[in-house]
Amino acid sequence: MIRIALAILMITGVAAKADTMRLAATTSFNNSGLSDALLPAFKVDTGINVQLLVVGTGQAIRLGQAGDVDAILVHSKAAEEAFVSAEFGTHRREIMYNDFVLIGPSADPSRIKDAESAIEVLQLIADTEMTFVSRGDDSGTHKKELMLWSAAKLYPDFFGAWYKAVGAGMGASLNSASGLGAYIMADRASWLNFGNKDGLELLYSGDPMLFNQYAYIPVNSDKHVHVKAEAAQRLEQWLLSARAKNIINNYKINGEAMFIFNGAP
Amino acid sequence: MSQSIRVHLNSILVKRRGKTVLGPIDLDLKVDGFNVLLGPNGSGKTTFLKVLHGVERASSGVIQWSIPNAQARQAQSYVFQSPIMLRRSVRQNLAYPLQLIGMDKVEISSRVSEWAHKIGLQDALDFPAPRLSGGEKQKLALGRALIRIPDVLFLDEPCANLDGRSTREIEDLLHDATQAGTRIIMTTHDLGQARRLADSVLFLLNGTLHEQGPASNFFAMPRTIEAKAFLNGDIIE
Amino acid sequence: MNEIWAGIQEAVRLIFTLDADLIGITLRSLEVSLTALVIASALALPLGTWLAIRRFKYRRSAIAVLNALMGLPPVVVGLVVYLLLSRSGPFGVLGLLFTPSAMIIAQVIIITPLIASITHQAMRELWSEYHDLLISLNTSKRQRVAALIWDGRRTLMTAALAGFGRAIGEVGAIMIVGGNIDHVTRVLTTAIALETGKGDFALALGLGFVLIALTLVVNFATHALSRTEREGTW
Repeated sequence: MIRIALAILMITGVAAKADTMRLAATTSFNNSGLSDALLPAFKVDTGINVQLLVVGTGQAIRLGQAGDVDAILVHSKAAEEAFVSAEFGTHRREIMYNDFVLIGPSADPSRIKDAESAIEVLQLIADTEMTFVSRGDDSGTHKKELMLWSAAKLYPDFFGAWYKAVGAGMGASLNSASGLGAYIMADRASWLNFGNKDGLELLYSGDPMLFNQYAYIPVNSDKHVHVKAEAAQRLEQWLLSARAKNIINNYKINGEAMFIFNGAP
Repeated sequence: MSQSIRVHLNSILVKRRGKTVLGPIDLDLKVDGFNVLLGPNGSGKTTFLKVLHGVERASSGVIQWSIPNAQARQAQSYVFQSPIMLRRSVRQNLAYPLQLIGMDKVEISSRVSEWAHKIGLQDALDFPAPRLSGGEKQKLALGRALIRIPDVLFLDEPCANLDGRSTREIEDLLHDATQAGTRIIMTTHDLGQARRLADSVLFLLNGTLHEQGPASNFFAMPRTIEAKAFLNGDIIE
Repeated sequence: MNEIWAGIQEAVRLIFTLDADLIGITLRSLEVSLTALVIASALALPLGTWLAIRRFKYRRSAIAVLNALMGLPPVVVGLVVYLLLSRSGPFGVLGLLFTPSAMIIAQVIIITPLIASITHQAMRELWSEYHDLLISLNTSKRQRVAALIWDGRRTLMTAALAGFGRAIGEVGAIMIVGGNIDHVTRVLTTAIALETGKGDFALALGLGFVLIALTLVVNFATHALSRTEREGTW
């Protein structure tokens, strides 16, 4: 009786087919819709099925450390470099970039539309104490946001109740911002693909500080023998190929490109 | 069936929460015909009956039937004061004891039909037993108890809550059973019923056996004061 | 309000055109929760029955523990199973994390105490009713258990349905151990969470209606069972 149960479990559990691998990628990669454009094409070209876990950068890195995934795709250079130097990942491969944008209520009570830098935007919001939604989930976006506050010499730990750390993915956080009529920093792609823009508008963008680089890191098979190193490598090569470049650069919503390919094979 | 059945009780004692409820009882009983356990409410009749059959265990003492106890129990049946109905149909209740001993389906079917007629429930075979009336439940319990034609049938106040007609029907069934060879050990506090049915009497009071013997002797010439008082209607509990 | 209405319209369209995504997710939900139900019942029904009829020294504590386990927060179960199944955890070598099996395991842990507790309650009641009769008839242990389970079958089914209801609506634990991977471990509840997070209320509502429908079916089945008990049919 127990044996039958175990057998059932093993059969449904063994997704360890040779043509399957697991990738932990940031919510912005999925919420933008790009993963739905890229991964099926990869499968068509190579026959490899990529199981996508959509998590924040922090969790992606922990999954890579534990060996629960075969590769990660994130956007936080400092965390990535630490990951590689600790030998959890083999190397860091830049694939594409976009930028972060500042979103807020159409009425723009903090007047960030006319700001001249990202830092000025944050200063305006902090001064007027208008509601600001933070990812709060240790993701690449969150880390970027914290870096900007720090550059503006402002400290979220001491902010009042206007600063709301929701601990959620990009889409869920945008939902909260919409519901609260709050300001929020998002990656451009997720914003363009977001379905509930009610009351929110893109108010500021363009500061080079808002540059957002995505990188791909295979998990080190020396640390975790079971990792699908070969499949991970093939995904990396494919992401650097002309085909991937084409898909990425042509991925547009309302005529706007969401990501720009910058991989160097 | 024709060999005599005896049961021997040696210092049987039943205690509940430290209090002695029954005993000590020493008894050598030949079980024949209609044996009636008589006594007021609370005298320990039900306990005595349950201990005899083995549904309850004595705190100390030994019971020995003339054939090994396990075998003896197999050939006995018990009708409880509050009849226990299986949550099934009348038919399935009757069939259950036969299924337990592995009787084949065709035989079971015919016996069930036969006994359903005897107890007057032949038109209610598919009726859910728990929803029968009190009298019908009692008859069903009796039919179920007799369907294996036991050597000994125990009954605990079988007609306690029944009207006159149902009482008569049950007593007729019991008579038929004794004709077929089943010995009966029955408790009752109904003196009239005891007089009608008993071949032998065991008189219990406050958990002890005060008198025991042929019914005619007991009713005509009770030996103890308590028995006399009871027959006079002076002892209620 | 417009949004909700537009969502409902889209949801109806998805249902009536038998949208492939919707069907796939629904079938997967059923697969996971029904498998969990079968395994949990195989564990819980005998356990509950055994607890009801066996007398042993620690019976009361065992029952207290069982009732306490019912109150285990599902998401905590998910976290613990995740840590156990992770590659860096004790059972990582089985490779079960982020598969439907992990979700089944988590759900089995969550619903077994519930089913066992209801079973125990019902069997205890029935046993006290049948006790004297079954002893008098000289039944074996096996025959007793068989009689209890058969005559208590409706309550046992209700227990199983309660377990299924709990499983099919659970989201926290299976999100953690399943990873909500598209076409692999995405089920009704996790899909609703995801689509809501994306602001795609149409699909979320469509999934929500399917989930409600499933729950209603379970509830109606439970009511129908208790009616057959009263009427004495089946």
